[in-house]
Amino acid sequence: MELSNLESLPGRSIVRHLGLVQGSTVRSKHAGRDLLAGFKNFVGGELKGYTELLNESRQEAVDRMIEQARAVGANAVVNIRFSTSNVAAGAAEVMAYGTAVVIE
Amino acid sequence: MELLFEFGVVLALLIVGLVAGGAAERRHYRRLREKEAELGDILVFNERTPPPDLVIARSRLVTGSVVIGEDYFKRVAASLKSLVGGRLTVYESLMDRGRREAVVRMKEQARHLGATMVFNVRFETSSLSEQTGGRQATFSAEFIAYGTALVPAAAA
Repeated sequence: MELSNLESLPGRSIVRHLGLVQGSTVRSKHAGRDLLAGFKNFVGGELKGYTELLNESRQEAVDRMIEQARAVGANAVVNIRFSTSNVAAGAAEVMAYGTAVVIE
Repeated sequence: MELLFEFGVVLALLIVGLVAGGAAERRHYRRLREKEAELGDILVFNERTPPPDLVIARSRLVTGSVVIGEDYFKRVAASLKSLVGGRLTVYESLMDRGRREAVVRMKEQARHLGATMVFNVRFETSSLSEQTGGRQATFSAEFIAYGTALVPAAAA
């Protein structure tokens, strides 16, 4: 599965468009991470636990998007966008979406 | 007496924030400058499409992300500054660091793939501030930078 956030894959031609595919996940940080981050918020700097969580969530969202793309018979997803939002206190949604296409 | 104790705690936290937070920020800026110099040969564009005459062997989605939190000093300084309004310089540096770090991590992924360019770069930012037990919210923000890394035909 080829992934790109360009409108088309450079050097490859798109044979067929199969429409929008998306994947999303909502995750909350666990108490230990929260506590550590709470301490970290006094001294500042990167909150590694949250960075990790964000990376995992984004990977999960992309995986789900790929799954959907596979289901409709695509072999690439182009024009991918990410979006994140806070749905509830301590929980974040990560969403990935793009256009499923068939390339040569 | 109790008031004095609370004042002491706040003062201690302020000093910890100012000293540790300030040191962390300087350290982060130093590392950013080093990394940016090291990855300077990877060109980043927010053009939507690469030039048509460019011969490309491979392309791949690359991302970089980071979550950065404020320190206690920044929190207090920002809330005081908010009374009169204007530039919140303490948060400006936080956002700057986050975004640059995200770009650096994205470039590292591109370098790992052997790419020399990243096209159609987009930023995504969201705040993770939260209310803890009715007290003033702590602020942290997540930054994502993503784009399509291109490996030129000559390098592949």
